[in-house]
Amino acid sequence: MNIVLERRLERARWAVVIVPIASFLLALIFGAVLLLAFGINPLQAYRVMVSGSLGDQYALTETLVKAIPLILTGLAVAIAFRMLFWNIGAEGQLAMGGIGASYVALFLSDSLPDPLTIPVMILMGMLAGALWALIPALLKAYLEVNEILTTLMMNYIAILLVEYLYLGPWRDPEGYGFPGSAPFPQEALLPRLWGRVHLGIIFAVLAAFIIWLIMNRSQWGYEIRLIGENPRAAKYAGIDAKRNMVLVMLLSGALSGLAGMAEVSGIARRLYQGLTVGYGFTAIIVAWMANLNPWGVVFVGAFMGALTVGGDQLQVAMGIPAAVSSVLQGAILFFVLGGWVFINYRIRILGSGKQKQAGEVNE
Amino acid sequence: MGESENSYAIQMQGVTKRFPGVVANKEVDLSVERGHVHALLGENGAGKSTLMNVLAGLYQQDEGQIFIFGEPVDIQSPKDAIELGIGMVHQHFMLVESLTVAENVILGLYPTGLVINKKEVKQDLRDLADSYHLNVDLDAYIWQLSVGEQQRVEILKLLYRGAKILILDEPTAVLTPQEADQLIEILHKMASEGKTIIFITHKLHEVMDFSDRVSVLRDGEMIDTRVTSETTKNELAKLMVGREVLFDFQERDHEKGDVVLEVENLKALSDKGLPALKGVSFEVRAGEIVAVAGVAGNGQRELAEAITGLRRVQDGKIWIRGKDITKESPWQVIKAGLSHIPGDRIGRGLVPNLPISDNLVMKVYRKPPISNGPFIDYQRVEGFSERLVDAFNIITPSVKTNARLLSGGNQQKVVLAREIDASSGALVAVNPSRGLDIGATEAVRKTLLEQRDQGAAILLISGELEEVMQLADRIFVIYEGEFMGELDREEAAVEEIGLMMAGEKRERRTDEISQSSGGQ
Repeated sequence: MNIVLERRLERARWAVVIVPIASFLLALIFGAVLLLAFGINPLQAYRVMVSGSLGDQYALTETLVKAIPLILTGLAVAIAFRMLFWNIGAEGQLAMGGIGASYVALFLSDSLPDPLTIPVMILMGMLAGALWALIPALLKAYLEVNEILTTLMMNYIAILLVEYLYLGPWRDPEGYGFPGSAPFPQEALLPRLWGRVHLGIIFAVLAAFIIWLIMNRSQWGYEIRLIGENPRAAKYAGIDAKRNMVLVMLLSGALSGLAGMAEVSGIARRLYQGLTVGYGFTAIIVAWMANLNPWGVVFVGAFMGALTVGGDQLQVAMGIPAAVSSVLQGAILFFVLGGWVFINYRIRILGSGKQKQAGEVNE
Repeated sequence: MGESENSYAIQMQGVTKRFPGVVANKEVDLSVERGHVHALLGENGAGKSTLMNVLAGLYQQDEGQIFIFGEPVDIQSPKDAIELGIGMVHQHFMLVESLTVAENVILGLYPTGLVINKKEVKQDLRDLADSYHLNVDLDAYIWQLSVGEQQRVEILKLLYRGAKILILDEPTAVLTPQEADQLIEILHKMASEGKTIIFITHKLHEVMDFSDRVSVLRDGEMIDTRVTSETTKNELAKLMVGREVLFDFQERDHEKGDVVLEVENLKALSDKGLPALKGVSFEVRAGEIVAVAGVAGNGQRELAEAITGLRRVQDGKIWIRGKDITKESPWQVIKAGLSHIPGDRIGRGLVPNLPISDNLVMKVYRKPPISNGPFIDYQRVEGFSERLVDAFNIITPSVKTNARLLSGGNQQKVVLAREIDASSGALVAVNPSRGLDIGATEAVRKTLLEQRDQGAAILLISGELEEVMQLADRIFVIYEGEFMGELDREEAAVEEIGLMMAGEKRERRTDEISQSSGGQ
């Protein structure tokens, strides 16, 4: 007997819905086994996670707070991945966006009219993220330098630059030695809408809509799709892949930069350590789980936000390390991506007898 | 039958193989005698490869029985096939370029155990190669080998795995006549040693020259099996095609106009950085089809890519209607009005995982009314696509169907429809009917002739002599990146083209060599 994977002729519609759900349940079971191994009641743990992330208004708003940067960076990663540019530098681009916005808030806000402060911060944040992303894009497009390495490494440069700034030259002189910049002036703070949920949530949803518009309605999105699906055909259609690579990365970096801006201006209200806690890395999970679909990113981003907040609650309520939620996130990604195979392929068991077989349509 | 010594190596009875929407093989019976060279003849799409893939375990039949050396068998995988002594050399070789010949042969063997005695294996291989005259350097890397040598490696691989039945899918398609002769010699040697050989072909002279028996497939059905010495080319042709000669459009009058495409002393490098085009010059006028004939891999791909801006031109000039496009980007060449039907349909001409509609607008998506500012009007895309699907008779459930799911013929029609729609009277077509069935081939060739009659200038780059003879007004033969000469269709003899394809410059007169048939 022999088991083979066979490509489906068409993506099975039912599978697109069933497989992710089944994968998620499998991940929960896997997580339950792990929790049991640590002597923790998995049902109780899951209950704490659910109520801690969705159970009341505070929980819900905190989940949304986490979702904002995850959605923005998730979109950034998704659009780059769409054209097979493996940008895993969203974290660094977010950090640079935070620096750019902080610079405006700390040093330029006095000379700016108040209503202009936020727009200029947004602009600077996006610009800083975009420029940070431009470097690996140019290296890849014109020198064929592997973008996975450059984007990954540039994360650490940016993260350490943030640290240098809030510990060194930008440290709050009245901060009693605590790490962090001076608090931003009032006009540099993103208005809060609900709990700690700030205007960034609107940015995130708006960004998803714009990315959807670009991908599904514009010439540019069509070109990105072509490059992503068949670079040789794209070249044959007269599409300049290098130019597109640079443009897409500028957009990707700008989105991450916006996430950084929203974090410093909406949550921390200064430049501090908590800016780089791995949103840009989780974004990769978000983008893949959403199958690179912008609206999918919104939902998966919110889901991952809930998982993070729920994980923190585990620690608070049950004394379980918050790392457990990271393990769960990893398990979910593993199962969902693994399960994806079954949407495009089916299992066929080769035994005796003759089965009908779906091959490719053949001459 | 019935005795313990069954004289048949293979018996297939009532074998039916269906693909979604297509019956590739319909109740096919095939018997092949032990130690014979058996030709499987048929047009593209007749189901030859499918039938053999069933034997080789790549497909499983939906109905029917297979006996190997008289035993009923159930072949579920290539592994099963090789255990039964059946090995197949595919049209596209399955070799790892960066490994040596010996390593390629070893690859996939020894599923258990850690150590491979390379020395021992190599000695065995050397003995095996010697006994069948399979000259090949065991330590050479695959990328260093010619196509003919790579083919020998594939054969060696099968022999080493103990194949008693060898199936070769269009083995001479990629070979020069000389290499083909060497292969024939090897096959005969193997047959005389008791191996059974099946080769798939659609070339009649090959069948006549070196098979013992020939089976003819047409539209998935087995038409007949003949003893080769008791049949004729004409009879086989009739069995194979099953109807009158398809193409007889040439007599139509058409006027030649101004020069549309002009190429002068064009030079370009191959992907490996070696000279692939060594200075070719020609012009194509409106209302004419100029063919470049030749065995694949003699610079045809580089020629098409250089003209269409996809490959850097090293030297020389290209003009379209007097406009110099030598150094222009692919997009500028498209804008200059040159369309391109690429040789690699799936790899270059289509985006298999996108809908037909997306594939159809590849050349026009920037222009109104498809585009509206920076946006694409997808309603218009749909209308545009439906119009092309109708006009070119593309058979598909909808314009939203992914191109991957169409048959080869319909995929090619998508490319053709798009390129002709976008063309302003200049077209480069590379092997436009390769791999298509009779009907689709006819449709493609008819369309090209219609375009010519309407005044298009067409450069046809083709390895199919039949196609060249049917379509071209003038013929250039390319060999190792150079033109061996130019012929008018009226004066061109297949034999002479064959010689030129093998590297003979055109010097001798046609009548001197018209006697020596078979391309040698």
